[in-house]
Amino acid sequence: MNATYLVHSRPEILLACLGMALLMYGVFKGDRSFRTVSWIAVLGLVAAGCVLSAVSGPRALAFGSQFVLDGFALFMKWLVLIGSALAIVMSLAFNERERMARFEYPILILFATVGMLMMISANDLMSLYVGLELQSLSLYVIAAFNRDSTRSTEAGLKYFVLGALSSGMLLYGASLVYGFAGTTNFTALAALLDGSDGKAPGLGLLVGLVFVIAGLAFKISAVPFHMWTPDVYEGAPTPVTAFFAAAPKIAAMALTVRVLVGPFGELVHQWQQIVIFVSIASMILGALAAIWQTNIKRLLAYSSIGHVGFALVGLAAGTEAGVQGVAIYMAIYLVMNVGTFCCVLCMRQYGRAVEGIEDLAGLSKTQPMLALALAIFMFSMAGIPPLAGFFAKLYVFLAAVDAKLYGLAVIGLLTSVVAAFYYLRIIKLMYFDDAKESFERPVPGEIGVILVGSSLFILLFFAYPAPIIAGASAAAKVLFPG
Amino acid sequence: MVIQAIAFYMFAIVTIAAAVMVISARNPVHSVLFLILAFFNAAGLFVLMGAEFIAMILVIVYVGAVAVLFLFVVMMLDINFAELRQGFLQYLPIGGLIGIVLLVELLFLASTWLAKPLKTASPASPAPAADAVTNTHALGRVLYTDYVYLFQAAGLVLLVAMIGAIVLTLRSREGVRRQNAAAQLNRRRDQAVEVKKVQPGSSI
Amino acid sequence: MLVEYLPILIFLGIAAGMALAAIGASYVVARQRPDSEKVSAYECGFDAFGDARRQFDVRFYLVAILFIIFDLEIAFLFPWAISLGQIGMFGFWSMIVFLAVLTVGFVYEWKKGALEWE
Repeated sequence: MNATYLVHSRPEILLACLGMALLMYGVFKGDRSFRTVSWIAVLGLVAAGCVLSAVSGPRALAFGSQFVLDGFALFMKWLVLIGSALAIVMSLAFNERERMARFEYPILILFATVGMLMMISANDLMSLYVGLELQSLSLYVIAAFNRDSTRSTEAGLKYFVLGALSSGMLLYGASLVYGFAGTTNFTALAALLDGSDGKAPGLGLLVGLVFVIAGLAFKISAVPFHMWTPDVYEGAPTPVTAFFAAAPKIAAMALTVRVLVGPFGELVHQWQQIVIFVSIASMILGALAAIWQTNIKRLLAYSSIGHVGFALVGLAAGTEAGVQGVAIYMAIYLVMNVGTFCCVLCMRQYGRAVEGIEDLAGLSKTQPMLALALAIFMFSMAGIPPLAGFFAKLYVFLAAVDAKLYGLAVIGLLTSVVAAFYYLRIIKLMYFDDAKESFERPVPGEIGVILVGSSLFILLFFAYPAPIIAGASAAAKVLFPG
Repeated sequence: MVIQAIAFYMFAIVTIAAAVMVISARNPVHSVLFLILAFFNAAGLFVLMGAEFIAMILVIVYVGAVAVLFLFVVMMLDINFAELRQGFLQYLPIGGLIGIVLLVELLFLASTWLAKPLKTASPASPAPAADAVTNTHALGRVLYTDYVYLFQAAGLVLLVAMIGAIVLTLRSREGVRRQNAAAQLNRRRDQAVEVKKVQPGSSI
Repeated sequence: MLVEYLPILIFLGIAAGMALAAIGASYVVARQRPDSEKVSAYECGFDAFGDARRQFDVRFYLVAILFIIFDLEIAFLFPWAISLGQIGMFGFWSMIVFLAVLTVGFVYEWKKGALEWE
């Protein structure tokens, strides 16, 4: 054990220390410090990103190989840091108006981010679990943050109970894997399972793997472990929902990819069937169940289930191109989601937030710019070219076709057509229905900036996609050495 | 050896009986008490296996703290438990099914375990023999050095738990006069007492 | 190692035996003639005022959970204390950092007033 070990985990250490320092600052200053603490937290997340770039090099193991920093971790960590920073910025105005402006909010997001970074860098079943718990525990609290609202408390409680159940499954699976393999380390597991000694892995190990997958499927809210998503998304305060839909999902997806492709990469034929099933089920449910929703947050919950299904198509391929597709999908999904939730945050009438889809009717007449932005995001989510969402789907489907999973690709295309229906319905409501009451103006400055930025990203992605695609390709490459 | 076997069966039987009582007791407070009994017996089983440290932690943390928390929560919730219990029979089939699935899995695992030697990696830090070093020692040798990453992360998890509990439950009530030792001690006589000259025959 | 626990087992056996004997004997020896007055709850000569189960304040829960957190912290201290000689300065500082993290939490809850009982 020596000091160089700490180098690779500097972003995590920085964020944890910042979280504690801000906790001390906040508790001595009181809730007036909400804005200050929030902006410092955002700066800290940006600084962590810079530190991350500075420490990144070739694949490096640390802490007795419980921690790994490689190109994949770098890409996913960047996404998570961006998602968390934007989530804090988006929450500023809402929390102040809803009297939720307590300084613990950005601090809990910081700790959740530390947990997510640990998940992405996990190279051991134990560090996977501890990271996951750190993240989940913070998220349970944030979901119930508006404790005077029954809906928010209910969301937090539901998320907690079901999350604890999934953690239990994951632990059960991890203990089976440990019992049958004698190690929890990913590197050692991969070496054990590479089949070089001609022995097949025990059935017990597979059972353990299935339980681990079930636990992870819960965290990415894939069918059949999606039940909590609509309720939690609807009940939690809107900025919290915006956060849930972005960063934690990316971290959990990164973790799933790392676990399945890394230590269990040799068992691809065993887990591939499960991932294909989960992917198809998520796409179908995401497409069909969203049609009848009247609440925009519920609709986005089902839409996010569908998106997870699409991203899993790439993972199901189990190839380098597939993982690259997943990485690209998550990056574009992050931007689309942040933008859409910015629009949802603007839906306020008479001093309170409204969430009905009908409330969007005629938005193009009252607030044309907002309507335009939302239309861009909806078109992109539906996968209409040349918007970014189209490319996201393109890469995962191409990977599936390359891996000869034609059925999966066809089902994916069909469900994305069905899903386009409800995205287009929102656009129809905004542009062709009669105007209702307009939303409150002006849109808070920071939300406006994020909206413009994310719409431009979605619109112009096709012109300059190189950074994302190159980053994703580098990320995927390290998971498939040789 | 005989004593060990007797002790094992005694602990095991009482654990299972207490566990059954936890879910079937009419009064939730009794359920919690049976839960404590189950914890105690589980601790006994751990001692029989040679896992002293876990046994003692079970007694300190679970019996000492978690069970108390359970009691508080049971007392805090104003729920009619008789009503809650009415769905019991309704959920019995599915609950039983899950139990059977888990049981079958356990049996199946045990059988594969017994049937053939496993293909396992050599453990990263093999546990020393129990008679050479106590398991508290063995834990201490690796927990703070080899597993420092997980150890510090556990510290963060505890910190978040602390913040979470306070964020969600602490309310400062209005109109409550709190003790403020410094202010109370610093109060001088002239701040508290005022001498008024009162003319005889008139009121203040 | 198990031999060291034998006295505890014997003690448990004696305790269980005594308890069973005491309760069993009262059933065997004493006459059992319960009536409604005898088995009713007794509260200083009055009829019972209310249910024994009264709703607790949520503050009890807060105190209990803060207690559990520090209880767990202490659980980490035992192995550290007895193996301090072997784990060197690194092990020492590792625990100090852990304690510092929880001290931050402690200062937080103190300042927040979570330890006060109004």
